[in-house]
Amino acid sequence: MAVPKILGIETEFGILHRGVPEPNPVTASSLLINAYLSRCSAPGDGPGAPRIGWDFVDESPALDLRGFSAFDAMAPEIETHLVNAVLTNGARYYVDHAHPELSTPECLDALDLVRFDRAAEQILIESMAAANEVLPEGQEIVVYKNNSDGKGNSYGCHENYLIDRATPFGRVVAHATTHFVTRQVFTGAGKVGCELPGCSRSDIDFQLTQRADFFEEEVGLETTLKRPIINTRDEPHADPLRYRRLHVIVGDANLCEVATFLKVGTTAIVLAMVDDDFLHREARFADPVRALQEVSLDQSLGRALELADGTTATAIELQWDLLEQGRKYVEERGDEGVGGPVAHDVLDRWGEVLATLEEDPEPLVGVVDWVTKRHIINGYRDRHGLQPDDLRLMALDLQYHDLRPERSLFARMGAETLVDPADVERGMTTPPEGTRAYFRGRCLDRWPDSVVAANWDSMVFDAGEESLRRVPMMEPTRGSRAHVATLIDDCDDITELLDRLSGRPG
Amino acid sequence: MAEREQVRRERIERDPESADEASTPAASERGERLKDELDDLLDEIDSVLETNAEEFVKSYVQKGGE
Repeated sequence: MAVPKILGIETEFGILHRGVPEPNPVTASSLLINAYLSRCSAPGDGPGAPRIGWDFVDESPALDLRGFSAFDAMAPEIETHLVNAVLTNGARYYVDHAHPELSTPECLDALDLVRFDRAAEQILIESMAAANEVLPEGQEIVVYKNNSDGKGNSYGCHENYLIDRATPFGRVVAHATTHFVTRQVFTGAGKVGCELPGCSRSDIDFQLTQRADFFEEEVGLETTLKRPIINTRDEPHADPLRYRRLHVIVGDANLCEVATFLKVGTTAIVLAMVDDDFLHREARFADPVRALQEVSLDQSLGRALELADGTTATAIELQWDLLEQGRKYVEERGDEGVGGPVAHDVLDRWGEVLATLEEDPEPLVGVVDWVTKRHIINGYRDRHGLQPDDLRLMALDLQYHDLRPERSLFARMGAETLVDPADVERGMTTPPEGTRAYFRGRCLDRWPDSVVAANWDSMVFDAGEESLRRVPMMEPTRGSRAHVATLIDDCDDITELLDRLSGRPG
Repeated sequence: MAEREQVRRERIERDPESADEASTPAASERGERLKDELDDLLDEIDSVLETNAEEFVKSYVQKGGE
């Protein structure tokens, strides 16, 4: 039985600071996040509002973290001079290099992850409003949910999936590569132009994805240079003997809820099949990187991709094959590890979208991002009789991803929604219920002053005693609402919680 | 590959109704609605678009990701 496919998305957002002569994206990102945190902790906020859970700025990691080995292992990736906060919904909100980044809390199924991905957007929208309130007249910070500036610079939207440590990694590489190359037909966010070396706007006016141009290797550790389709970062943020976290860097950030739902839902099912060695048909590409780019550049979706065995197949054919096996897998092995009832919706939707893509993608406006974006771009081009390389089309592309509600072109498209806006709003401040994110978020909400540090796999509390107390959270499914809600509700203070936790190991 | 083609064929044979669904009134209604919505969007798009597209596109530079 596959390990439960715990899911998360980390999104780096594009950022502009307008109205200043020499904008600094690091400063702008810090300002953006700090403005949000200040607003949330301002007096007069109702219960459940997020507060600053953890900020390295005021800490001395060497002192506070002494002896916490799991924590030390995490330290190198953190830039201590930058903002780094944990929110009461269990998310991490921070400055990563020159971008604001938000990592969703761990979720149990694709639908809940869509909710937290949307909550992340709302947090960024509220952050912009908060920042622009404190900025001088004439200045503005604007945030974009995309992955490319159109000039050869890319930033990521990474997905995370819990997989079994025992699964041979070669098997992951073989099947996940097939899926990552071919799922682009519904995960692509669309892009005007091409950023491959030597390629210009006159060669390619539009392609399916933001990211395909930036990949150079099949497998590797890098995320910024020579990007690989399969990233081998081994940082499970969970029991390393049982788990691996597959860190997927090859996808686009999606605005369409259905696209996000399918991106993570289908991948969870494919990876569960890999864990359980259920996939017996292999489709290795003769050249995976070339195949990735061929799929992205082919709006007809009919391109024959060369396979290593000398045959060819289209992306959609390979997707049908994965879907068939996925249906069989859920039928035979059950839906437990792949999101329960939600897995059936993923399978149904997967089939519907493939069938529509095959016949005519146009009805997928509001469902698949590249189709939605192309619809706007082509409509505008035709109405104004523009040349394919007109800069206005590139401006439309960028503005599709503008998160300001009054400027976003995506927001005007009436896209199909899967989650209720009220549930999205709740997701800004309260955690998902099925994972350890619940414990993290609830503790931050109830005892923010006692939380010294919070991380994916541990929390450190100061209960006013001589030494700090650490609660390990190495099992991502523990610490859920079912496990700890009553306990947290019953405890009067943090000392009682910690005593009762240590009295009840596991 | 032969196996894959067979999967594909089976699907088509098994779901003859699904092919018809695309041309049902619901689908063409959606097509009409999309067209109307696009017309509305294009009517208002110029008021929402960044005023100087060229400058906006040039100023949109994002360095240092991931």
